Amino acid sequence: MDNRLLHKFRDPKLVQTKLRQIKKLITRPWTIMEICGGQTHAIKKFGLEQLLPSEIEFIHGPGCPVCVTSLELVDKAIQIASMPNVIFTSYGDMLRVPGSRGDLFSVKANGGDVRVVYSPLDSLKIAKENPQREVVFFAIGFETTAPANAMCVLQAKAMGIENFSLLVSHVCVPPAMRAILASPSNRVQGFLAAGHVCTVMGYWEYVPIAQEFRIPIVVTGFEPLDILDGVYRVVQQLETGKYEVENAYSRLVTYEGNRAAQEVIRNVFEVCDRKWRGIGIIPKSGWKLRDEYSKFDAEKRFDTQAIETQESPICIAGLVLQGLKKPYECSAFGTLCTPQNPLGATMVSSEGACAAYYLYARNLETPERKHV
Amino acid sequence: MCLGVPGKILEIYETNGLTMGKIDFGGVVREACLTYVPEAKVGDYVLVHVGFALNVISEEEANETLALLSEIANLEEELPTQD
Ligand code: SF4
Repeated sequence: MDNRLLHKFRDPKLVQTKLRQIKKLITRPWTIMEICGGQTHAIKKFGLEQLLPSEIEFIHGPGCPVCVTSLELVDKAIQIASMPNVIFTSYGDMLRVPGSRGDLFSVKANGGDVRVVYSPLDSLKIAKENPQREVVFFAIGFETTAPANAMCVLQAKAMGIENFSLLVSHVCVPPAMRAILASPSNRVQGFLAAGHVCTVMGYWEYVPIAQEFRIPIVVTGFEPLDILDGVYRVVQQLETGKYEVENAYSRLVTYEGNRAAQEVIRNVFEVCDRKWRGIGIIPKSGWKLRDEYSKFDAEKRFDTQAIETQESPICIAGLVLQGLKKPYECSAFGTLCTPQNPLGATMVSSEGACAAYYLYARNLETPERKHV
Repeated sequence: MCLGVPGKILEIYETNGLTMGKIDFGGVVREACLTYVPEAKVGDYVLVHVGFALNVISEEEANETLALLSEIANLEEELPTQD
């Protein structure tokens, strides 16, 4: 295959056609949520909101793992990373996420051994090379990072690496969609399902959600054409009163997903209630290590004291993550709070809604511009 | 990290019981674990998440989607539009 094939999903001519089709189809306003922060980023980057008819409103979903990792866990990470003899490893984005007091970056600045890694495999390697030290990996993420983390645990066990553990903050998409739909303030009428999560999990989990809440769900990719095709299919269903699950990302997603990955996840992790930053506890919305792997659980290995957590009082990230407010409605947006100096987690990761709005300010959707 | 990166498999080998590969991400070559994509061959494009390939990108499906979309585009050109 040629890489150019993949670039065709940005073809301007096809993008224009899709836009015209959507314009022809739409007769009334519709509110669509893209779950995944990667899609929020793409929508902002390519200015899709301005190209689409004004009837379409995007609500940005909670699909940014950096943003939804709970303050308690960030505080725990900071405590563990500050312990002598610990090498704390994490994706770069997590370093600047504000905890109650400081962030992982400030631990590093104060002499803590905090290292940025690209993959949990790197962390495992560090553990192997430093048998005298405790190596902890901040295992955050949705279903897309779980296969990697699960495999590393199996690998650590198989290789007898004893000084490796995970601080687990796994979150799952379908329960969050349910929580959003069940909320009395819900405005979402159709979903673009997170394409890459579905590459792992397939889309069988969404069928009962679509039926129960009578809502169209379209599995969508990340290129402009993918997103517009997803929007088109959602609008088509909405305009004709349908509520089905469709797959607009068939080059990567199948109904079953990656079975081998799902099996390894199930072997290592079990479902648990999980607290989402800014949102609260969502029942059965996370994964934790099974008891047989508890020696790899950093929360069990290290004694962390309960500290009182405290969010910035100005930050409205929780409302942004639930699609109830837009980033520009926050009084700190772009002034007190910027990607260089974030007050809330949604400003840290490029997948966070506040950061996406800030980065692509030229495409800034303001209420005035949207309704001209 | 939720955004997988597509890359082309250059080489497949085994390390510590895991199938690994060298992957070309548009000129940058990195190692990734291929254990979850046992069907992958050298030359295939895979989607990689945090060091693990989780899917082989289906060329056939990509072509089909594009063909479908291009057909619609051509059809539109032939028909007079109202905008
Ligand atoms: S702009 Fe900053 S302070 Fe405001 S909601 Fe977003 S992250 Fe929180």
